[in-house]
Amino acid sequence: MTLNDIWFILFVIIIAGYLILDGFDMGVGILHPFVAKTDMERRVLLNSIGPVWDGNEVWLILGGGVLFAAFPLVYASLFSGFYLAMMAVLLVMILRTVAIEVRSKRESPRWRSAWDTIFGLSSLGLALLLGVAFGNVISGVALDARGNINMTLFDLLTPFALLVGVTTVAMFAMHGAIFLTMKTEGELNTRLRKIIPALTAVFYALNTLAVLAVVAFRSDITQRYLTLVWPIIFPALALVALIVSWYLRRKGQDFWSFVASSAMIALLLFSGAISMFPNLLVSTINPQFNLTIYNASSADNTLTVMLVIALIGMPLVLLYTTGVYYFFRGKVVVEPKSY
Amino acid sequence: MNAELLSRLQFALTASFHFIYPPLSMGLGLMLVVIGIIYVRTKDPKWRRLSFFWVKVYGLIFAIGVATGVVMEFEFGTNWANYSRFVGNIFGSLLAAEGVFAFFLEGGFLGLMLFGGNRLGPRMWLGATFMVVFGAHFSALWIIMANSWMQTPAGYTVQTLPAPARAYMTTFLEVVFTPSFIQRLLHTLGASWTVGSALLLSVSAWYLLRKREVELAQANFKVALPFFVVFSIVNVVFFGAEQAVGVTNYQPVKLASLEGLWESQSCAPIYLFGWVDEAAQTTTGLRIPCVLSFLAYRDFNATVTGLDAFPPAAYPPINLVFQAYHVMINLGMFYILVGLLGAGLFFWKRKIFELRWALWLFVITVFLTLVSTIAGWWTAEVGRQPWIVYGLLPTTLAVSPTLTTTDVAISMVMFLVLYTGLLFVFLFLLNHKIQDGPDPLSEVETTPVSSLPDTFRDIFRRRGARA
Repeated sequence: MTLNDIWFILFVIIIAGYLILDGFDMGVGILHPFVAKTDMERRVLLNSIGPVWDGNEVWLILGGGVLFAAFPLVYASLFSGFYLAMMAVLLVMILRTVAIEVRSKRESPRWRSAWDTIFGLSSLGLALLLGVAFGNVISGVALDARGNINMTLFDLLTPFALLVGVTTVAMFAMHGAIFLTMKTEGELNTRLRKIIPALTAVFYALNTLAVLAVVAFRSDITQRYLTLVWPIIFPALALVALIVSWYLRRKGQDFWSFVASSAMIALLLFSGAISMFPNLLVSTINPQFNLTIYNASSADNTLTVMLVIALIGMPLVLLYTTGVYYFFRGKVVVEPKSY
Repeated sequence: MNAELLSRLQFALTASFHFIYPPLSMGLGLMLVVIGIIYVRTKDPKWRRLSFFWVKVYGLIFAIGVATGVVMEFEFGTNWANYSRFVGNIFGSLLAAEGVFAFFLEGGFLGLMLFGGNRLGPRMWLGATFMVVFGAHFSALWIIMANSWMQTPAGYTVQTLPAPARAYMTTFLEVVFTPSFIQRLLHTLGASWTVGSALLLSVSAWYLLRKREVELAQANFKVALPFFVVFSIVNVVFFGAEQAVGVTNYQPVKLASLEGLWESQSCAPIYLFGWVDEAAQTTTGLRIPCVLSFLAYRDFNATVTGLDAFPPAAYPPINLVFQAYHVMINLGMFYILVGLLGAGLFFWKRKIFELRWALWLFVITVFLTLVSTIAGWWTAEVGRQPWIVYGLLPTTLAVSPTLTTTDVAISMVMFLVLYTGLLFVFLFLLNHKIQDGPDPLSEVETTPVSSLPDTFRDIFRRRGARA
């Protein structure tokens, strides 16, 4: 295993960490205008993610930093090629932050409902944009010999990318609802439990469509799965995790149901990653222009320094992230000065 | 207007706006740690009230700092793709290290800091606060390290083939400890601590003017004043002056631009204020002879290299650098006066708490400190032009090749609208929190302090018992 392989794996794990953690933040945001009826219920939802959402967003920042450091040519091509989409990502991320911060600072119902709408829409927008970006990475981009992606914003909005986008929205809504079963009580909790089956069904249907689209249009990915066979373990385990999550929720094991839902998100990402390997960006113009983990990476000495940094830093990160989640476990208590 | 110029303006806008928040959070964070230590030692409830109050303010500053910080990290790739390709090996890895070591420390412990007052005993709460503040400083360390490599690159080799041209690391330690790193770090930290102590002074002075929470405001003022006096002096006299020597040695064009020095001369002057006419190549203003020679070489008769020794193509926008630098340095001098005046009026029978004009002076100083930190950043970054990596990569070659003028125009308008709104929201909420004032402990404390877990063992035992 080369340093490039190791960094590919680490990068995928960091993105999985981001999708799992900020995924439920986005899910809570997407559900927020629909599920919570009273002002207090909305505050319970906001405060369920209150102490952790900032830390969760850090995983995306880390993902960006690691892509810049380990595969700078991909970072440069992807971010500049998806320029306006990236700007839209920044816009919704800032709006989401502001909405969480300011929503409960005034009593006025109009003020609060306006920020509730912004919180919901920005969470939805972020999930959709991330899904569309991922859809484009899977289906390939107009990457030329010099590593430039010549696509406008509208070129990115293909039916397939939009399908992946909507699937992502459904996935995070489901994941967020499962997270909230741990955090809420009473009638709100009952209401959340009732909508999870519908959310799961919608997600499952959309995801199946997306998988069928890949099988139908990306023969090289299908071919890889058919020749190697063993990667099938990832989508298979993702399905198992979804079923287990469903089963555990029915048994009232909310925490473990959430763990299973998190595992499913990671496994779906791994399924996509293994189908790309060793490509990071696939060119629709000429396969020779593909950016791979070998031709787009930093030099071995940089990757080694980074690995040392990761080996020192990441165990600490996992230690105190777990500690903070453990500390804030259990049902949400809204205090006068909370969000 | 082309995509490159617009991208530079956009980066200047987003970086300047972002740079309001990190100095505030580092400086305020340091003061929060000080207040926390005083509470743990004295157990006087007024310090606990102040902690609750300032933590609320910190949360707001932090949230906007993070939101605007994500923009910075993405912008290298979106607008400066060729720069990213060139420096990925070096700059990218320092940015990633910032993420691993610093951001998680801040982001992870922030929840405990913001929501810990009623869940953790004073010592554990102070511990969480310390971790967040340490993280903020650690973050500054990595980003100043990365930025210093752009100013005085070292420990690298450039390979042009296979295309694109890229810089490779040769010695990690040289990349870390570039000649300008330590002095630029100290100067930035000194400035941030000045900003933080000025914030405490400003809000305390405001309460004193309004005759609200007088006892609390006086205590708060008294704690912050010595820090402000010391930081304002140290940052100009030691950290700032040290920078002049570094710039002289490694970026002579920047040094000549700071004072609009067109001709190499011994006994070179500084200006108190002035104007540089770049077309006529003249500088006019109120000048003090020989001081620049002293600042650069610690010798009044030393010869300082002027702009005439360099081709015009190597010049930054000289008047802009000159003005930014003079805003910074004059305000820096002004803080020393304000601090000494405050200290004098304090020791002279506590007059400071009664003189309204003096209190007003402290109310406005915090806004000036933010102006001067941003002016300092402009001095450093505009003074580096026309290079993005000094002497290695010109800014014109660094921009993303796929970027169109329309693209950047759209995003520029987006940021202008968004950041105007964000500044408005920030000031609105900050004002709201300050007008609200520190809450009575009876309102914020849901659990008596004595029953909160104050050691690691407590936390696990009691939480375990509750679950």
